[in-house]
Amino acid sequence: MSDAKTSSSPRQSFSRRLFLLLGSMDLAITLLLALAIASIIGTLLQQNQPYADYVIKFGPFWFDVFETAGLYDVYSALWFLVILTLLVISTSVCVVRNGPSMIKDMWNLRTHVREKSLRVMHHNDQWSVAGTSDATVTALESELTQEGFRVRQTVKEEGILLSAMRGGLNRLGYIFTHVAIIVICVGGLLDSNLRIKFAEWQGDLKVETRNLASSDVPQESRLPVGNQAFRGSVQIPEGRTANVVFLPLRDGYLVQELPFRLKVDDFRITHYATGQPKSFETDLVVYDDELPEPFETTISVNHPLIHKGHAIYQSSFADGGSRLKIAAWPLDENAGKAAVDFDVEVFESRQMSWGDQGLRLEVSSFRPFNINPDPTEEDPDNLRDFGPSIGFKLRTVTGEAREYVNYMAPVMREGRAFYLSGMRSSPAEEFGYLYIPMDRQGGLKAFSQFLQRLHDTTSVETVSKQMMQETLAQMSEATNPQLQASLQSTLTTLVTLYLQGGFTEVSNFIETTLPESQREKLGPAYLGMLREMLARLYFMDADQTKPVTEAELLFLQDAADAIGSLTRYGSPVYLALKDFEHVQASGLQIARAPGKLTVYVGCALLIVGVFILFYLPQRRFWALVKQNNGESEIILAGMSNRNPRDFDMLFDQVSDKLRRASGNSDSH
Amino acid sequence: MTNYVTTMNKDSSPVAIQWTWWLLMTLAAGLLFSMYGSVLDGYEIGIVVFTAVSMALLGQNWPGFRIHIAAVTGLSLVAIKLYGVELAAADANFFLNYILASQSAIMWMSALFVMATLAYFIGLFSRSDFTMKVGSAMTWSAATMGMVGLMVRWRESYLISHDVGHIPVSNLYEVFILFAVITALLYLFYERRYRTRTLGGFVLLVISAAVAFQLWYTFGRNAAEIQPLVPALQSYWMKIHVPANFVGYGAFAMAAMIGTAYLLTAWARNAKPTGLMATVMPDLIVMEDLMYKSIALGFAFFTVATVLGALWAAEAWGGYWSWDPKETWALIVWLNYAAWLHMRMIKGWHGRPMAWWAVIGLFVTLFAFLGVNMFLGGLHSYGEL
Ligand code: HEM
Repeated sequence: MSDAKTSSSPRQSFSRRLFLLLGSMDLAITLLLALAIASIIGTLLQQNQPYADYVIKFGPFWFDVFETAGLYDVYSALWFLVILTLLVISTSVCVVRNGPSMIKDMWNLRTHVREKSLRVMHHNDQWSVAGTSDATVTALESELTQEGFRVRQTVKEEGILLSAMRGGLNRLGYIFTHVAIIVICVGGLLDSNLRIKFAEWQGDLKVETRNLASSDVPQESRLPVGNQAFRGSVQIPEGRTANVVFLPLRDGYLVQELPFRLKVDDFRITHYATGQPKSFETDLVVYDDELPEPFETTISVNHPLIHKGHAIYQSSFADGGSRLKIAAWPLDENAGKAAVDFDVEVFESRQMSWGDQGLRLEVSSFRPFNINPDPTEEDPDNLRDFGPSIGFKLRTVTGEAREYVNYMAPVMREGRAFYLSGMRSSPAEEFGYLYIPMDRQGGLKAFSQFLQRLHDTTSVETVSKQMMQETLAQMSEATNPQLQASLQSTLTTLVTLYLQGGFTEVSNFIETTLPESQREKLGPAYLGMLREMLARLYFMDADQTKPVTEAELLFLQDAADAIGSLTRYGSPVYLALKDFEHVQASGLQIARAPGKLTVYVGCALLIVGVFILFYLPQRRFWALVKQNNGESEIILAGMSNRNPRDFDMLFDQVSDKLRRASGNSDSH
Repeated sequence: MTNYVTTMNKDSSPVAIQWTWWLLMTLAAGLLFSMYGSVLDGYEIGIVVFTAVSMALLGQNWPGFRIHIAAVTGLSLVAIKLYGVELAAADANFFLNYILASQSAIMWMSALFVMATLAYFIGLFSRSDFTMKVGSAMTWSAATMGMVGLMVRWRESYLISHDVGHIPVSNLYEVFILFAVITALLYLFYERRYRTRTLGGFVLLVISAAVAFQLWYTFGRNAAEIQPLVPALQSYWMKIHVPANFVGYGAFAMAAMIGTAYLLTAWARNAKPTGLMATVMPDLIVMEDLMYKSIALGFAFFTVATVLGALWAAEAWGGYWSWDPKETWALIVWLNYAAWLHMRMIKGWHGRPMAWWAVIGLFVTLFAFLGVNMFLGGLHSYGEL
């Protein structure tokens, strides 16, 4: 199949030249490689991300350039479709040009060859045997037939010509593979979103970019039930129904209506013993007006439901608005005295008034368990369940938000139990953790009481007075009123400073207010006094006759550490998760692909074609038998359309067999 | 016609052996059905039949393959017997611990492949036929140990727990072994067919590289541990999609290594026609031929694998084609070799440019195989590093 014909002479018409160009091998190879390179671009630049991410990544200028070039959705960009279309056209022209001669070639035994051309073939052989040419021809013909060749005799001037062929079907391989490419592309086109793009271009459709409830999406962004292809997704919380899916498109979406309604009864995840997920399953109820009654079914990954040409897949899951019971423990003196209970749902956002600032609570997630590496163990592979957690944000009036994650169950650390809460002020940061010690009753009461006592001015006053007196008594200065006042005020200031910023704040205070000469001596003394104050406040109304236990001292220390970091924690309350009702949402992907069958037929053709092309070579033999004064002279030639080296061997074998069949024993 | 190449070996085995082999494969499949028929679904029965027929066809005229299969079967059965129902038996039993437990077998495979590479090269440059024969024997042994490793690993996964059990083609560690074994078998097939061992070192070089990567991966990332299957991989499609892919990768890798040998030989014949390299290597035309055959074989299987992948995707992801990076790179690899084949068959290109192209093709293939998992992510999440 040479391309010699493509070289266009000026006499050829323009359309003829175009036809030849389109069917040329050079164009075909260029297009194959162009398609490969275009595909590479699509994999290097992550496709179909939110546009805001691209702006951040490339800056406004390149963002615009790339958007114009369609690089955020390469595979449906116009230029990409043009390459594909050209490839289809080029292949079609190629098939149209070569197909007919290939089909002829499948049957044609080439009975018109001349002796001269036989003699110049790369594979040829020649021998003579005694006997008539008729007998020789019969012997050769039966031998060739036995070898699986189709044979025909023609009488020529020079003698009798046997034309034989095996593997004529090879040509079908070319037709199959190349027609398959066309069929697959056409099927793919039926399933592409070209129709949607066209409607959009005509102005009949508009991509919705706002975050709306599906029922509020205006008509111009909705696609009615029909037989077009689409592929979209929808999240349905347990117990709810949906009759639409969302089709993502560039920076927005369209709503596709479905000819049925789906209800999610239950979504389940099962786990292996190691904790990895084993299956994701959804119990669905399908309501279809055309059915006498709704039916129930269960889908899971790799086991979709096909209904009315729509395939419904399990593709993801999310929280479906779990109902949470929360206790807000005050951490700030203005946030009240006792824990306040309230109910909230995941994804709810609510204005709260804690302390002196109004804060917006945005509950973003709930997880029934958290299997994480255990930070207390050496081995990072040692996973442990940290129990349920909630994630939320607290947003101030000015819009800044801190993000929190609070664990429901206490975690153990050095043998003591703590309530754990992570905080970060931007998504780029790692979470920093607050460890609140759990009290003997298993709750937060002891911690909260201690914290409140530190905020209670009368208690602090009482304790500082008592300590001042004891200290001065030791120094026999008990009655110096000036010292009395200054020491007591120092003591209360220390507590206030500590509440403002923990031990760091106190150290800063010492650094900045004490003269350098006294710092060395007074610094440690101040910190010692503060510790003593905290301990006294903590044990203020404990039974003084009982000895203090190790556990209580540790609790005090842990509580003091926690309180010291509260300013950094930045929330006026600690939200303890008390109870929950887990509601999940099943993420379904729903697709309609009317071109699927076409594509599959194309794929089958392609596979069959490729194997025929490679492994069923076309082989031809010619034997010209000439009568030569009592002897028959045989001129044998052969050719194959591929694998010439394999054919070397076959030719030798066949020629040996034919020699023997014709009665010539000296083989190669 | 007395080319070097006419000595190609297409000997068929005696008819009695052929029949016995077919009978054995039929019996093996029958035995499997009688033991496990009740738990196999239609697809799995199809897969078993397909496997039996393929093995029968491969072994029909290939004595080495018959011995290989017999050895794999025998050793795997011994290992299974030694294991009993206790995974812990691996530590107590000498044979399991040092030879047959999957990780030990795989270590043997690794060592043998590296030794075989050396043997081939030493044999080549000392013109010692015997040493190269040792190389072949080692390659056969390595492929056998690798296959035994996979078989035993399969069993081990079921010993961990019934729901963890699965065919070992589900993560990078496992497919690397598959890659090494398949590439070796492909090479051994052509070694016999073309009656030349001179290319062994080159092809085994890419296998040794895979083995080195695999060792780093095993020890650096603790990758050898058997993990349960994530839901997306729980499908019979995996059993056919992955092996088909690896016949493709293996064949492309072999083509690239033959391309390398071609380029070196061509260079040596120009630069120093009487030198060692120029005289020990076979005809350039033979290498070119082999390169074409490898690429054609790879292309055919890669086509099948990609189509199977599309069928699987239609069932698992909701669409037969999603332009997922792995899918897209499979297409890129495929288009690249389609262009190569056209160049060679229709434009008649040959010689060095085609050899270079085959070598470059390996890098494209390598990116599709590893690079995508390392750099691009996507829905094919099984192979993260
Ligand atoms: C996506 C596009 C295409 C693919 C995947 C494709 C694939 C193939 C394959 C795999 C072969 C077999 C190569 C071999 O024998 O080793 C082949 C052969 C061939 N292709 Fe294409 N092809 C494509 C487009 C084209 C186009 C556009 C033309 C027209 C110029 C063309 C013309 C041919 C011809 C003439 C043969 C030789 C058939 C034979 O020797 O029997 N192909 N093609």
